[in-house]
This record gives sequence, C-alpha cells and structure tokens, in this order.
Amino acid sequence: MINFEFTEEQIMIQQAARDYAQRELIKDVIERDEKAEFPTEHIKNLAELGFLGMLVGEEWDGGGMDTVSYVLAMEEISKVDSSCGVVMSVNNSLVCYGLEKYGTDAQREKYLKPLARGEKIGAFLLSEPEAGSDATKQRTIAEDKGDYYLLNGTKNWITNANSASTYLVIAHTHPEKGHRGINAFIVEKDTPGITLGPHENKMGMRSSDTHSVMFTDVKVPKENRIAEDGFGFKFAMKTLEGGRIGIASQALGIASGAFERALQYSQERKAFGTEIFNHQSVAFKLSDMAVKIENARNLCLKAAWLKDQGKPYGTASAMAKQYAADIAMEVTTEAVQIHGGYGFVKEYHVERLMREAKLTQIYEGTSEVQKIIISRSLLK
Amino acid sequence: MKILVCISNVPDTTTKIKLNGDQKSVDMTGVQWVINPWDELALTRAMELKEQSGGKIDKITVITVGEKTVEPTLRKALAVGADNAVRIDTVPTDDYYVAAQIAEYLKKEPYELIITGIESSDYNGSAVGGMLAEFLDAPSISSVSNISFEGDAFVMKKAIDGGNETVTADTPMVAVVQKGIAIDPRIPAMRGIMMARKKPLLVEAPVEIEALTEFVNFEMPKPKPPVKMVDAENVAELFRLLHEEAKVL
Repeated sequence: MINFEFTEEQIMIQQAARDYAQRELIKDVIERDEKAEFPTEHIKNLAELGFLGMLVGEEWDGGGMDTVSYVLAMEEISKVDSSCGVVMSVNNSLVCYGLEKYGTDAQREKYLKPLARGEKIGAFLLSEPEAGSDATKQRTIAEDKGDYYLLNGTKNWITNANSASTYLVIAHTHPEKGHRGINAFIVEKDTPGITLGPHENKMGMRSSDTHSVMFTDVKVPKENRIAEDGFGFKFAMKTLEGGRIGIASQALGIASGAFERALQYSQERKAFGTEIFNHQSVAFKLSDMAVKIENARNLCLKAAWLKDQGKPYGTASAMAKQYAADIAMEVTTEAVQIHGGYGFVKEYHVERLMREAKLTQIYEGTSEVQKIIISRSLLK
Repeated sequence: MKILVCISNVPDTTTKIKLNGDQKSVDMTGVQWVINPWDELALTRAMELKEQSGGKIDKITVITVGEKTVEPTLRKALAVGADNAVRIDTVPTDDYYVAAQIAEYLKKEPYELIITGIESSDYNGSAVGGMLAEFLDAPSISSVSNISFEGDAFVMKKAIDGGNETVTADTPMVAVVQKGIAIDPRIPAMRGIMMARKKPLLVEAPVEIEALTEFVNFEMPKPKPPVKMVDAENVAELFRLLHEEAKVL
C-alpha cells in the first residue's frame, strides 16, 4: 500500500515553516551570511514555534511530531537559510534524538527537556582534527577516575559549539579496545577546562557557529555517560543515521530554494525577444532540476517514513543524504547559470545556496561515506 | 468576555483563477484553501487582546459557514490559538445568507465582540459584518484598523480622511476590520498544531433562509496590451500615443 498524501498536521507544519522562512528569515539572511553572524533571534523564535525539539515526545516537552513533518519543515527553512536549518537539524536529530533514545530518565529530565523546549541548544562532538569519516580513530580520551571521567582532547568542526549549552561528546575510554572502547558523554559547556577555537571562516552556512573545542582535564560526572560502558561508537552511528535525514532534507531545501528562484527568474528575464524560459536550453535545465528534486524529496520522505514506522532506515537515510547533497550541488550550480551574471552577485541568493550546497556533501558523512554504507548494505 | 471571529475559507491568494465553461462559477480544482487574510489578522488581534486582558477575555471562537471540506481551515485557526470552532453546515451562497446563519447562532450563543474581516479575498462581498450587525440589532464599526481593550470596553480606531477616529460602543458589537489590525498573521506553533484536533469543533445545522442574490456571470480581466517603448528624446511621439491611442490626454 502506498500513500503519498500528507496529513493535515504535516501540511500545517510545512506551511508554518514556510511562513516563518519566507517572512522572517529572508529579511537578513544575506547580511548574516556576510557577517557570519549567528541567528540568535531567529533560533529563539523557531524554538518558541517548537521547531527545535519537534521530534521529541510530548512527555519530554517536545513537539511529538513525526519525521515526515520534520523533512517538510527542514526543506522549507533551508530553502531560505540553511544555517538555521543546521541548528535545527543538529539539535533535533543528533542531540535530542540521542538523549531521548539512549539516555536515562534522569538525563532526559535534566538535559533533554530544556533542549526540546528550545531554551538550550545542543552540539554533537564527534569529528577530530585527524578523525572525521574514520570515527574509530578518536584521540579524545575520557579516563575513568572512579567517580568521574577526565576528558582530554580536541574536537573539530563543531556546529553550535559556542551557542550550545549541552555537548554530546564521543571519546575513547579504553583505546586498546578499538571501537568497543568508545563512550558518549553529556558535557555542560561551561565546565572548567573547555576552551573554544576561533569561529571558523567558512565558505557557506556562515551564520552557523562552527568552532574547534579543546578539553583540558575536564571532569565529567559518572552519571553523564550515555548507556552502558562501550556503547559510544554504536551511539554515534545510530544517531548519525537519523541525522542524515535532517541533512538530506536540508540539501533538498537548498536545491528547491535555488530551483524556485531560477524558475521565477526564467519567466521574468528576457533574451532574444522572449522570456528565457521559452528557450529550450533553459526549460530543459529546469525540467532536469525538477526531476532531481522530486527524486531527492521522495528519498527523504521514504527514509523518514521508515523511521516513523520503526523499521530499519540506515541505508535509506544514506541514499537520501548522498543523493540530495549531490543534486543540491548540481541544481544550485545550474540555478546560478540560469541567472547568468545576476546569479554571481549576492542579492539574488543563488550563489549563497550554491556555497551552502557544498557543505551537505561533506558533513555528517561525506557523499563517499554514504556510498560505503550503501554498498555494504548491498551484500547483506 | 468572549470574542467571535468570523472566518472565510478562501483560495490561496496566489491561485490562478480559471472559470468553468458556464462562466457562472470558478473552477476550484487543485486550489489550496486558506483562512481569508483579513480574518487571519482579525484572529491574531483577538489572540493578542485575550493575552493582554488578564483573564477578562476568556474565550475566542472562530465560526464559518461551509461544508465539511472547510474544516482544515478551521483547525488551522484552532492551531493558531482559537479556543473552539463552529461550522454551520451549508454552502455559503451570498453575504445575506452567511450573515443570517451566523446571526442565528449568535442568538443562541451571545458574544460581546464579533469581528469580521473587511472583505473575503475570493468574492469580495464586504457585506457580512454590516448585515450581521443589522440582524442582531447591534452597533457595527467599519474599516477598523486597531482594537484595544480598555477597562471593560473595546475601543476602535479607524482611519478617516486626514486623521484617525476613535470609537467605542456597547456590547455586543460588530467590528469590521481592515489592514493594520495586526502586523502579521500569527504562525501556529507545534503545540498548537497538536492541540487543534483536541479542541471542540461544533457542527451546527443551518436555518432555512433564501439567498438574496445569485451569480449571473464572471468575466476575466482583459489581458494587458504589450508595452510600447518610446525613445527618451521623442517626446512628441509620447504625447501622440497618449492622445491618440491611450486617449488619456
């Protein structure tokens, strides 16, 4: 049985996200990109609307929404501002999801609730200077000191590093055990011994705040370890499965945002006596873009649907992420091409979307890593 | 105190209008339905008044006349924050018919303030508010651009030629509101969307009333003629075109 109809609530959420993006985010998105300024006020508003904890169950103060709604909302927000999109994605599908699924009730009460309400934001600290895609090569060490862990090491490319209050940190407790010696910890950002590197001067998504984070003899209470000893690697992999749906939908939004602008422009701009849409070279580009976007959207929704049904979705979310990110790059590049010279200047938005698309092929698992996951699933 | 906000279910304002073959009706296939923009602003202002009233305004109801298909629009209003909704189960044929149906409901269930948008963005009838007040024998204030709640009275501001007018009246009263009544329509929050299904949506049977008008036919506006470009130096040609073709001089 296949049903492509959205529910009334899903449509309402999509519309709410669209209204906020098209009415509010659009006003200062170019300026924030240029100044690399964190969207503090917007994140506060999005939190009040419930977007930052929309996937968390109502019993933990979340929105209790399904993943399909999340895909629809992420697409709408990212059409305009994927920096807000990534804050939403990290908070919802990495931090909140990880705590809700694997945390204890005490951890959920203390850390998940304020994150679900959007009063606090979270960050997910996995990547290191020398351990990105190869997540087993963690050099951050959490030494068991009896009643606490002592954390030392450096994490790189951390989204929300400065704005977050709650960190989920992946570290080795027993390096000799390989990936079975990895654990995940809840660390409060204001714990003594945590220092931040400078705000990274990025190519795109410039208004999300990305830093490296250094831990020097940081004491982490024993009760802040997530799940049983040695669960950290599995925790990271499971959490990233869901995270991929968020980033896939973000890439989808970047693509469809650029597409909508190109479609509109092609009906306004004239060349050789007619609107450029009437030139087949442009119309066929738009047709190709539309097909790619439709495919990406269906992959995202399929992965979300599987997750909502409680079925395995790891391969589906890898497919969605790899495809959506790759087509986001293609579609945004073509959108700039359709805009010609105007596409190359900032006020037409598409050059920014093109810069943002690039990151979706890199973070939360590069397109190549997604292909590893997909190809391994073929042999099972 | 209770506020009733009258809601029209209208096609999204970006809809491309197509007529049916008989030219007497509009082809509604594939149309996205929304809350009439003026009614959405009215609801937003009603919510603000309730929040600022310190409990004195304790209920906001939205009402519409329409068949079951309009319920998503009412639930959107509930998601935005209305406490309950009423649907009078019949096809809204004209302003008189709609006003009469709402008036019947109000005779059973009185409200202190009744707000209608200045017009609906589909048929632009602009008459429901005034007619409703007549049916109720209540005061109505038109073209209201601001409502405040002072003491226990609703105070209205409306723009008049060269200034503003401040008006108040005894309740129950009808306010017909226009642009400016609220800055932006309120976006429903996740919690509101979840609660919308749990809030009461009452379906009322219509009363038998004859509509006073019927649609004879619709005409689409004529397509705009192409723009003629005149060289900036050639002022004489510009005057000739304005005089002979556009006939505005």
